[in-house]
Amino acid sequence: MKILVTAKRVTDPNAKLVIDDDGSWIDDDVEYILNPFCENAVECALQLAADHDAETIAVGIGDEEVQRYIRQGALARGIDRGIHVEADEQELDSDLIAKILKALVEKESPDLVVLGKQAVDGDSNQVGQLLAEMLGWPQATFASDVKIEGDEVIVTREVDGGLEKLAVTLPAVITADLRLNDPRYASLAGIMKAKRKPLEELELDDLDLDGEEPKVRVVKLHEPTGRSAGVFVADVDELILKLTTEARVL
Amino acid sequence: MNATSHNPSDEQADLAAIRTTVRRFVTREILPNIERWEEDGSFPRALYQTAGEVGLLALGFPEAVGGVPSSEMATLVVVEELARAGSGGLIAGLLSHGIGLPPILALASDDLAAEIAPAILRGDKVCALAVTEPGGGSDVANLRTTATRDGDDYIVRGSKTFITSGMRADWLTTAVRTGGDGAAGVSVLAIPGDLPGIQRSELQKMGWWCSDTAALHFDDVRVPARLRCGSEGMGFLGLMHNFNRERLMLAGMAVAFAEVCHADALEWARDRQTFGRALITRQVVRHKLVEMQTRILGAKALLHQTARQVDAGGEPVAEVCMVKTLATDTLEFVAGEAVQILGGMGYMRGTRVERIFRETKVLSIGGGASEILRDLAARQLGW
Ligand SMILES: Cc1cc2nc3c(=O)[nH]c(=O)nc-3n(C[C@H](O)[C@H](O)[C@H](O)COP(=O)(O)OP(=O)(O)OC[C@H]3O[C@@H](n4cnc5c(N)ncnc54)[C@H](O)[C@@H]3O)c2cc1C
Ligand SMILES: Cc1cc2nc3c(=O)[nH]c(=O)nc-3n(C[C@H](O)[C@H](O)[C@H](O)COP(=O)(O)OP(=O)(O)OC[C@H]3O[C@@H](n4cnc5c(N)ncnc54)[C@H](O)[C@@H]3O)c2cc1C
Repeated sequence: MKILVTAKRVTDPNAKLVIDDDGSWIDDDVEYILNPFCENAVECALQLAADHDAETIAVGIGDEEVQRYIRQGALARGIDRGIHVEADEQELDSDLIAKILKALVEKESPDLVVLGKQAVDGDSNQVGQLLAEMLGWPQATFASDVKIEGDEVIVTREVDGGLEKLAVTLPAVITADLRLNDPRYASLAGIMKAKRKPLEELELDDLDLDGEEPKVRVVKLHEPTGRSAGVFVADVDELILKLTTEARVL
Repeated sequence: MNATSHNPSDEQADLAAIRTTVRRFVTREILPNIERWEEDGSFPRALYQTAGEVGLLALGFPEAVGGVPSSEMATLVVVEELARAGSGGLIAGLLSHGIGLPPILALASDDLAAEIAPAILRGDKVCALAVTEPGGGSDVANLRTTATRDGDDYIVRGSKTFITSGMRADWLTTAVRTGGDGAAGVSVLAIPGDLPGIQRSELQKMGWWCSDTAALHFDDVRVPARLRCGSEGMGFLGLMHNFNRERLMLAGMAVAFAEVCHADALEWARDRQTFGRALITRQVVRHKLVEMQTRILGAKALLHQTARQVDAGGEPVAEVCMVKTLATDTLEFVAGEAVQILGGMGYMRGTRVERIFRETKVLSIGGGASEILRDLAARQLGW
C-alpha cells in the first residue's frame, strides 16, 4: 500500500505579515510553519501506514524553502520520503496544485491521497475536491476519523448537526480536519534522521505541466482598513440618533 | 558528539527544527502546569517519558546507546526554549541525567553502558549524579564516601548531599573512594536506587522548587562490583570529562533566563504607568533596560563563540569557566534589576521574574562555584 500526503508551508498565523510596496505579494522574511491541517494529514498517513504497512510520501510544492517543511514537518515525523515540486508560489492556485498532484498520482500510483482540508493562509479549501474530480476518484472531505477496511476507507465527517459516516472505495482522496488526530512531535531523533531520507526534486516540466497557467491570480493585496475607536453613548436614544444620522444604518 | 551538519544553512535549519519541536513541547506540556509543579515542589515522572518520546533526553548522546548526537549549539537552543517556562528546577530535574549519564558513558564498558543508558534516554529511568558531600562540593578529590571491596561486591558507606533528582533516581552515578587519598583514589559506581541501605531525605531550597534535591545516606550498601564504571581510580577523570558540557549548559541557562527577565521587565515597563507616564519613558528605567541587554548580549556572544569552539572539537577550558561566571553574574544582575523594575509585583510569587531571581545563586554555585572557576581559568591560562 502507498499513501501520498501533502505538506504545505504556510505563514505562521501568529506572524505579522508585511505586504510588498506594490501590493503584489507578502515580504518573504516571515516565519513559516507546516500547515496545521497538513500535520493532521501527515499523522493520519503515519497511523494508517503503521496499521497497513504502507509506504508514505510527502509532497510539497513551491520554492526551494519548501523542502525544509517537507523534511522537518513530514519526514522528521516518520514519512518515508519526500517530493518537492519546484514552482513559483505566486503562480499557483488550487487548480494548478491539483493538476500537479494528479500528475504525481499518475507517477506514483498511491492507493490513497491524504490532504489537509484547507491551508490556513489562503483558506481556499479546494485542492482535495479538485484532485478527486480530476482523478475520477471518490473523496471524503473534513475527516474526523479514518479507517481502512479491505478495499474501502471508512471516513467519519463532522457535518452540521452531527457525524456522517462514509465508505469510499480505494483508491480515494481524503482531506483531514483538525479533530482527526493529535499530530505527534517531530522528535529530535526524527529531525536528524530526516536529513538522510530521500527527497526527490521535480520541475513542472518533469510532470508535463510546463507553461500551465493558474486560473486565479492575486491582483492586489492590502491591509485591512484600520477600525476607528468606539464611542460611548449615554443612552438608547443617543444610540438610535447616532445610528440614524451618523452611521446611517437605520 | 560533534555537529552532524557542516553546511551553515543546514545547521540553521536543524536548529530551527529543534526549536520548533521543543517550543511545542514547552507550550503543551510545561507552560500550563509549571506554576503548580513549582508550588507542589515536583513534576510528574511521566514528563520524563514524554520528553523521551520527543527525543529531548537523547540529544547530545551517542547513537549506540539510543542517543541523538548533536552540537553544543543545539543543546543551547533546547535550553533556551525550556527556559521560557521560567523554571530552572524543571530543567535541572528533567535533565539530571545530563550530568549523571556522561561519567558512566565515559568510563563504563560498552555492555554496561548499553544496559544502563537506553532506558534513561527513553525517560523510563531517572539518573542522578551523586558527588557532593556534606563535607564539601568544590573539593571533589577529597570526597569521603568509601567503597570497600568484599568479594564480588563493594560495600558503600558515607553521605552525599544536594543531589538533584536524588529522591527518585533509579540510577545514582556515585563518586566513591576505593583507594588512597586524593583524586587517584576516586572511582565511579552506577548504583541502583533500590539497593537496601540507601536512605534519602528531601531538602528544601531557595529556588528550583520543582526539582527534587536529596541528601543520601549509604549505610553499608552492597553494590555489585560489575557496576563500577571504568577501572578503580579512574573516577575523577570521568567526572572531569563532562565539566565543559555541564558548564556550557549552565551558562546557557543563565543567559536564557536573563533574556526572559529582560523580556518581562521590558513588557512591564511599557505597560506600567507611574506619575502619568509609562515607566519606559523614564531615563532611569531605559538605562537599566539597556544595561541589562548590553550584558546579556556580551555573555551570549561569548557563549556562542565558546560553544562553536567546542563543536569544532576544541577544549577551551578557561573560556568555558569564564563564560559560566560571566553568564551567571549577568543573570544575578539582570534578575535583580528585573525585580526592581516590576516593583512590588516582582516580589510576588507567580511572576517568572520572582522565580528566576530565587534561582540565580544556584547557577553561580553549582557545576563549579564562580570562585573555583576563576581559579581554574587562571591556572589554565598559565598564571
Ligand atoms: C540546588 C542544588 C543542586 C545540586 N545538585 C547537585 C547534584 O545533582 N550532584 C552533586 O554532586 N552536587 C550537586 N550540587 C552541589 C554543588 O555542586 C555544590 O554545591 C558546589 O559544588 C559547591 O560545593 P559546596 O556547596 O560544598 O560549597 P563549598 O565547596 O564548601 O564552597 C563554599 C564557598 O566557598 C568557595 N570556595 C571553596 N573553596 C574555595 C577555595 N579554595 N578558594 C576560594 N573559594 C573557595 C566556593 O566558591 C563557595 O562560594 C547541587 C547544589 C545545589 C545548590
Ligand atoms: C512584601 C511587600 C509588602 C508591602 N506592604 C505594603 C503595605 O503594607 N502597605 C502599602 O500600602 N503598600 C505595601 N507594599 C507596596 C510597596 O509600597 C510598593 O510595592 C512600592 O511603593 C513600589 O510601588 P509599586 O510596586 O507599585 O511599583 P511602581 O511604583 O510601579 O514602580 C516600579 C519600578 O519603577 C520605578 N519607578 C516608578 N516610577 C518611576 C519614575 N517616575 N522614574 C523612575 N523610576 C520609577 C520604581 O522605582 C520601581 O523600580 C508592599 C510591597 C511588598 C513587596
